[in-house]
Amino acid sequence: MSGNGALITCRHLSKSFYDIREGQRVVALDDVSLDITRGEFVTVIGPSGCGKTTLLNIVAGFEPPTSGEVLLENRAITGPGADRGVVFQEYALFPWLTLRQNVEYGPRERGVPSTEVRNLVDRTLRMVGLTGAESRYPHELSGGMRQRAALARILVNDPKILLMDEPFAALDAQTRAALQRELARLWAATGKTVLFITHSVEEAVLLGDRVVAMTARPGRVKAAVTVSLGRPRDPTSPAFNEYRRAIETFLAEEIEAGLGGGADGA
Amino acid sequence: MSLPSVSADVHATAAGNRRPDLPRLPAPGKAGRAARRLAVPCAVLVVWQVVVSAGVVHSASLPSPAAVIQAWWAWIFGPVTPLAWYSGTWGPHVLMSLRRVMIGFAIATVAGVGLGVLIGWYAVIEDLFDGTINFLRSVPMTAWVPFAVFFFGIHESAAVFLIAFGSFFPIVVNASSGARQTPRILIRAARMLGTEPRKLLVRVVLPAALPAIFTGLRVGMGLAWVLVIVAEMLAVQGGLGYALWSAYQFSRLDLILAAIVSVGTLGLLSDRLLSAIARRVTRWQTGLTGL
Repeated sequence: MSGNGALITCRHLSKSFYDIREGQRVVALDDVSLDITRGEFVTVIGPSGCGKTTLLNIVAGFEPPTSGEVLLENRAITGPGADRGVVFQEYALFPWLTLRQNVEYGPRERGVPSTEVRNLVDRTLRMVGLTGAESRYPHELSGGMRQRAALARILVNDPKILLMDEPFAALDAQTRAALQRELARLWAATGKTVLFITHSVEEAVLLGDRVVAMTARPGRVKAAVTVSLGRPRDPTSPAFNEYRRAIETFLAEEIEAGLGGGADGA
Repeated sequence: MSLPSVSADVHATAAGNRRPDLPRLPAPGKAGRAARRLAVPCAVLVVWQVVVSAGVVHSASLPSPAAVIQAWWAWIFGPVTPLAWYSGTWGPHVLMSLRRVMIGFAIATVAGVGLGVLIGWYAVIEDLFDGTINFLRSVPMTAWVPFAVFFFGIHESAAVFLIAFGSFFPIVVNASSGARQTPRILIRAARMLGTEPRKLLVRVVLPAALPAIFTGLRVGMGLAWVLVIVAEMLAVQGGLGYALWSAYQFSRLDLILAAIVSVGTLGLLSDRLLSAIARRVTRWQTGLTGL
């Protein structure tokens, strides 16, 4: 690899689009630059409508930026690919496939031989704690199990980065806490790079090596805070709360400033 | 990890409680449901028999159920004889109608599902065909009967054309609307899991459209039975519609009614078959919908 050594490089990303509800062009992202290092866990937080999901969609290749560039290992991202696994808030499992078939989907599409697929899928299901439910359809699974399944079907593809778009937002508090712990464990065990979008400051500090706080629309990077706490992290500890307070202050400024508040780069 | 049990309404359909969200009487057993299903047909038969026996309606203008069953019996099991034109001909007539319906419906299914899914997925194909299809489907199929007779002659192909053409429209319209409603997030999920754009149609759009496709197939099957009778009464020889028209010409009201009940039964059975297939193919939906 040449260049700056980042796995993902976003340079001066901007995105604007015509919003039907508002009847005008809106700027979702404005000049966002962000590097993600291999193995890093980056959480992105900001007020709703700040373009965090747009940022993730651009890295995933679902949407092109209006201007700027986004690179994966110094190569331009031109579309979605199995090297960037996405976990959506709404799970997005295929409802007509069983849990096992959902996890098998990626390897089959990539032409992995069936004998290998079997082992791969077994191993992945074990890793996320879903053995025994293989033959169930997604609607027969609880929310937590669905999100484990969504995680399993991208882990089985061995992606370079996991892109997670508020994956635990729709879950109840206990399930969310359990999945946060498991994600931290999986991240430590696999060494994967993660870009994690959230609107919970606690979740951002709990999981992230670095917390990127964004401004209200138009979305810019307001601050990037490196969290130097050991893992597993204790959300009730004073050190944890200092981080939380700092980031909440950033966000409060944003909400008070409203649109076009005094935002500057990190 | 422990696996919580599947939500209860998945099994509710089997127990007969189709809408578990609504307050209702205690769910009946299997026998209770069968009785409930037979209640209306039995009541109709009883009222019909009483009305005719009591002389409220003259038996020349309405034969009794017993008389219809008697004629029907002879139609089905009677010996084939030059003395009675209908005796023993029910089976061959049914097979002829069935064959026409199956061929016509098969053509309509292949063409309707294929074109419908393409229309729902590709804007170009929608632009090319959607207007024409909506123009053609506004024309009642019976308007095509004289055309079909002139074009195909008194020939099988006239009947098959009418059935295929008529049942094509509900199939194509439902398939295209099903394909159009494919959730974008599932397309994105397939793309990020490594599906090439040209394979999305088969991998995501077609399965997502299946419930709508089966709705179209059931409507199309119903139309196929309507059209086979129309075609046989007016355009081709043999079949239940042809027998019905012959009975009319011989003033045999008992046979007309026997033919009507025959068509109804065949229509009901083919719909049951189709919905059983639909339940198997879209069993991942069980418990997702209210039904």
